[in-house]
Formats: sequence, structure tokens, C-alpha cells
Amino acid sequence: MRLTYPTNVKIVKVPCTGRVDIIHMLKAFEQGADGVYLAGCLEGECHFLRGNLRAKQRVAHVKELLNECGVGGDRIAMYNLSSAQGQRFAEIAREMTEKVRGLGPNPAKNGKTGEKK
Amino acid sequence: MIVANRKPFEEIVELIKPYKKIVLLGCNECVTVCAVGGAKEVEVLASELRMYREKEGQPIEIKEHVPERNCDPEYVEPLGAIIADAEAVLSMACGCGIQFVGEHYIEKSVLPAVNTTFDGVTMEHGVWSERCLGCGNCILDKTLGVCPVTRCAKSIFNGPCGGSHDGKCEVNAETPCAWQLIVDRYKERNMLDKYLEIQPVKNWSTAHHGGPRTRVREDLKL
Repeated sequence: MRLTYPTNVKIVKVPCTGRVDIIHMLKAFEQGADGVYLAGCLEGECHFLRGNLRAKQRVAHVKELLNECGVGGDRIAMYNLSSAQGQRFAEIAREMTEKVRGLGPNPAKNGKTGEKK
Repeated sequence: MIVANRKPFEEIVELIKPYKKIVLLGCNECVTVCAVGGAKEVEVLASELRMYREKEGQPIEIKEHVPERNCDPEYVEPLGAIIADAEAVLSMACGCGIQFVGEHYIEKSVLPAVNTTFDGVTMEHGVWSERCLGCGNCILDKTLGVCPVTRCAKSIFNGPCGGSHDGKCEVNAETPCAWQLIVDRYKERNMLDKYLEIQPVKNWSTAHHGGPRTRVREDLKL
């Protein structure tokens, strides 16, 4: 498809978004990421039945935690798309990059090299 | 198990404001099971606090440690080496653990990061419910396994009271009336005659009303 998406997006592969724990998302921010998003399968299509729904709940919880500590819950998001939606993947990468760029750098970064994940 | 709730983040931030180097203690027992102060929660709170302090331009060093228990000397005594160079200890253990660590290290401030709330059970993943007030004189045999001391807002012994409506308590429409549950069980077991027996006034001196309690088993002493 030769689609392009912003180079600042770094991909961390996991077998299922259900594998992503709260601390994984927090650590990304602590280590300097300006934004984090989870790209899970479409709701109802999880190979492990509820992995993406669990991830959705965890992302909602991390939003609260980020608001609490002043980093900002808007810096994290959950997206659902299928592996056949390359076009959508690139679109989301651009959408999230723009959103995070608008929010500015992670306020908890303080000199650490920021990478968007 | 002992069930607790994490204190609001702002309150925790205030507690540790004067310090730059702390130990964040968790506990591998009850607070791990009720998902408030186990290894995971310690990691999450430490991460949140570090980010907050970094943002405020007042970085903090947090050492995370989760002992097996905080309520036994064999687990509390080795903590000395871990907390030696910390300015304060922030604990996610229950009130017993926080106090016991404090008793062992009186020179350190041992601060609570959780509000210890009740003795209860897991209803489902993520839901806990109170079951015991530790009144020191169990009557679950008479009430067929439903504790009116804990589960009735008035802790009455000859209920239900007039606030029981459609099986729910007037204090909270979602709370089942303990005495309705008891009567239902009497009915199910054809024991309604037992229900008619008047229970005497409870002697509360065995509960906390008689002051802090201590239990001694001489044969176990070393």
C-alpha cells in the first residue's frame, strides 16, 4: 500500500491490547513519551474475546491517573481497527500526532528525550 | 481480608511535599487482593508521583518495596536497611501495617497512602463488600450466617427495623436489609420459631468499645 505515517510514532508490538497494563502506559510517559495510543482490534473481534475491551477500560483508568498527576488524560487514546485497515492506521497516526503536537511536550519530561508511542 | 481505598492523589502529594527521597511500601497480603496496595499499585503510584514532582520541578526519588506482610516483626525488621536512607516512608499497607512499621522506626515518618476501610470479601473482580466488624462475640450461628452487627446500619439484634423497605435498607437503597436476609433464611430452613426468640442486649465490651484488644497464647510464646 506504501502508506506513510509520521516517523515520530514508535510501535511497541504486543500479542493483544489486553496484554497492555496500566504501568506500561505510565512508564511510556515517565520515560518521556508525549502521547500514547493503543491500536486494538475492532470491538467484538478480539481473538482472545475481551482483550481489547479490557484495554479500553485500562486506558480510561490511565486517563484519570494522568489527569491526577498533571500530565493530562488527553495524551492517551484507544483506537480500534482491523489488520486490514492500513489506511485507517496511517490516518490514526496522523490524527494522534496532530493532537499531541497541539498539547505540547509532556510536562513530566524535563529534559528526557520524548518519543511518541 | 482488610479492604482499603487509595487516598486522593492531592492528599498524598501534600503528605510527601517536604521530602525528596522516600520509600513507597506496599504489602503482599490483603491490600494486594483488594488491589489497592500490592506491587502493581505501588508501581503505579510511584510512577504518578515521580511524574507529578518532575512536572512541578521538584523531582523525587522513590524506592518501591513490597514486603510479604507489614504486620509481623519478621517482615518489618528487615525493612530497616531499605528505609535507612529515606527521609520518609509512604505506605500503601493497611492501618495495622502503617502503624507497625512506624512503631519499629519511630525516627521516620510513616505516612498513609490509603484509607483502611473494612474487613470484607470479594463479590466479583473489582467489587468488595464489608462482612465483619470484629465485635469479639460472634453470633452467626443464631442469624444463620448473616451478621447483623456489620450488615445492619443500626447493628440491631432483633430486626428488621421500620427502615426496611422491599428488602433494602433505608440508609442506602442498594444495601440489602440484613434482617430481611436473616428472616428469608429462617423461612427457607423452616426455623421461623428461632426468629421469635428475643436476643438479649449485646455486651459491647468485647468489641472496640472496650478499648484496643490484645490476644495472647501463652503456649506459642518463645
